[in-house]
Amino acid sequence: MIPEIGHYALALGLCVALVQAIVPLIGAQRNNLALMELSRPAAVAQFLTIGVAFAALTHSFIVSDFSVSNVFQNSHTDKPLLYKISGVWGNHEGSLLLWIMILAVFSLAVAVFGRNLPPTLRARALSVQAMITVGFLLFILFTSNPFERIDPAPLNGRGLNPLLQDPGLAFHPPMLYLGYVGFSMAFSFAVAALIEGRVDAAWARWVRPWTLLAWIFLTLGIALGSWWAYYELGWGGWWYWDPVENASFIPWLSGTALLHSAIVVEKRDTLKSWTILLAIVTFSLSLLGTFLVRSGVLTSVHAFATDPTRGVFILLLLAVTVVGSLSLYAWRAPQLKAGGVFAPISREGSLLLNNVLLSTASATVLLGTLYPLFADALNLGKVSVGPPFFNAVFVPLMVPMVLVMALGPMLAWKRGDAYGAARRLWLALVAAAVVFAGTYVAAGGALTDVGAAFGMGLGAWLLIGTLVEWAERVHLFRVDPVTSLKRAAGLPRAAYGMTLAHAGMAILVMGVVGNTAWKGESIQVMSPGEVVEIGGVAYEFRGAERVEGPNYDAVQGRFILRRDDGAVLAVMEPQKRTYTDPPMPTSEAAIHTDGITDHYAVIGDPSPDDGPGAFVTRFYHEPFVPFLWYGALLMGLGGLVSLTDRRHRIGAPTRARARTAAPVGGASARGAAR
Amino acid sequence: MTRKKRRLYFVGLGMLALGGATALVLTAIGDNLLYFYSPTDLTEREVAPGQRFRLGGLVEEGSVEKDGETVRFVVTDLVHTIPVTFTGILPDLFREGQGVVTEGQLGPDGLFTAASVLAKHDENYMPPEVADSLKESGYWEEGLEGAEAAVRSTGGAEQTSH
Repeated sequence: MIPEIGHYALALGLCVALVQAIVPLIGAQRNNLALMELSRPAAVAQFLTIGVAFAALTHSFIVSDFSVSNVFQNSHTDKPLLYKISGVWGNHEGSLLLWIMILAVFSLAVAVFGRNLPPTLRARALSVQAMITVGFLLFILFTSNPFERIDPAPLNGRGLNPLLQDPGLAFHPPMLYLGYVGFSMAFSFAVAALIEGRVDAAWARWVRPWTLLAWIFLTLGIALGSWWAYYELGWGGWWYWDPVENASFIPWLSGTALLHSAIVVEKRDTLKSWTILLAIVTFSLSLLGTFLVRSGVLTSVHAFATDPTRGVFILLLLAVTVVGSLSLYAWRAPQLKAGGVFAPISREGSLLLNNVLLSTASATVLLGTLYPLFADALNLGKVSVGPPFFNAVFVPLMVPMVLVMALGPMLAWKRGDAYGAARRLWLALVAAAVVFAGTYVAAGGALTDVGAAFGMGLGAWLLIGTLVEWAERVHLFRVDPVTSLKRAAGLPRAAYGMTLAHAGMAILVMGVVGNTAWKGESIQVMSPGEVVEIGGVAYEFRGAERVEGPNYDAVQGRFILRRDDGAVLAVMEPQKRTYTDPPMPTSEAAIHTDGITDHYAVIGDPSPDDGPGAFVTRFYHEPFVPFLWYGALLMGLGGLVSLTDRRHRIGAPTRARARTAAPVGGASARGAAR
Repeated sequence: MTRKKRRLYFVGLGMLALGGATALVLTAIGDNLLYFYSPTDLTEREVAPGQRFRLGGLVEEGSVEKDGETVRFVVTDLVHTIPVTFTGILPDLFREGQGVVTEGQLGPDGLFTAASVLAKHDENYMPPEVADSLKESGYWEEGLEGAEAAVRSTGGAEQTSH
């Protein structure tokens, strides 16, 4: 019964979404407030219907109702509760339901918190949101019904892919989706603004927090996925430039660009049409990401079994979204009033450079990711584009970006003084030089270490540059400490957000560079008692034994990890597990971290030919990997701090009053007359 | 700075980025494309020794021999076969009768030395290239899904999915 209620709620949700897509749009065109206002209760109803459907599916998973095909395929009675719940989105149908669930939450947020939005903008934005919902609901109802029954009901389920039975991955998809779907807000507001024919600072003030929220989730979601791949797949790698990873990284790049160009719109009322375009593109790339992951068109180390017919539907959805919104853009964007002018060397100029570099990076990663598809379609053979391509293209784009990242915030709006800013950054330059020389010497001084040392110096440049910028704002050491402290307390939270996020980026850069350059690995057969040294530590193998988990059996190795001087650092117990349902092996690495370097041990298959109790073992020396997680967390934290800035909460009440009082002129009057 | 000059600056910057990116892409993509070949493809074309490419197909039943950290197995598309050697820990889902994609180079003796064996997250997953090459070799059973179709045609016994 409950699955049927869920299914019915979805159908009902489709009807509500249709109403919400059409009526407020007409209301906004006719300036009929009653019709426009319908968008708000509709968004609430939308949330309720989809919420009921989501709750129904979750219920089916929790009680293990195997008459529901989706539960049978992806769950099992022996599974811990957390993974029963995460099983809801650990499959195609459920993940789409989560997708629109999040979309409904965002729409609800606009309806509830958007009280002081101009009514036409709100109505139109909600209408666009509803159009996206309609597309996805049709997709779910016609191709991917999560509530499909099987008769007779099987006694037990097939179980969830054991690789997904992991806390890291339980929360990775929801985070990623919150990011993807969050960009739909920027998209809806952009389309609404195009229909209205005006974009101003108030619009940017509305779009920025939503973009920021989406960006935070996407940042943390990607980091979580990377962390999971690092410890769960047992290869000690955190990024492979794999199509599925790229699918989340491409919208992140353009979303980061959007985040920065929205600042320019808000502060300087310029770059408007570019920002609108970025909003459209970012959401389209999010849709493309969903498409790439869900259709299985690309070979990926992460690929899950997928169904190509569904891919066609998402492709259609993507085409409608992209063609529709870009046509609207081509038609309306020229009518947007151009804003203030600025010199190339200015805050705006540096943000523009950031945008150009990020969009170019996004485009090249997209090209590399889709190239195998084009090549296959054009009969150029089956190819894949590997990490060397992405590294060769991406790194040269990021170097100037990180260089300018320290400089940009020091420049004034409108017209900046690059020489002066560079001079104020002398400390950062010194730090970069010291780190460069220090790492170069420490690494052994070989010619191949120059690049890595330069990268570490680059990270130091950004880190110290960011701190110098903060110090300048609070007049550190130039006034007495109390005044500095007062100034520090008075700084807007958005400023702190930037400082944290940029510092996080600096640390991330060091983590990426340091790990890529100085990672080490060692594979061998070891008998009990043997010792292997790598990366300044020694692993002593103490044999392996069988252990039993709740839904798996495992072979558990035992290693004593010692420092150079013989002091015991840790006892490491990596496992090779065999799950019972579904029967599938996984490797659980053992990782010991000192906060800067990780020591990573994996146990492989037994090798009885090499002596009793011999096993294949694998160790990784992983310097600077923790920096990746610190950096990503700092970036997320920076976003969060910036989100709490009071400017974002207050919104734009003055404009709202002005707009309801006076009829809108210019383009929106033209729009109403259509 | 006038509007016109600013627009010129925009366009200039855009062109520069575009030109730079194109140059980067063109230089990088030529060297870094990995072609995918099936064992049958390799009988039909010359692959320069030392050229890196991807070899995909099914792991032939009964062909996996482990010798310490070195593993030897045979990749087949059910028409032709290529012996492969790989040193390291295999992905957890590596199994006889399953689809596999390996990356490495072919030696003069016809032995493929794999530098990596791609892991999959899902035991039902069949790499699209492998599915295509099985279709070409005529061993693909329509109407069945991915791995199962291929495994049935090789007579895989211990397949547990579906």
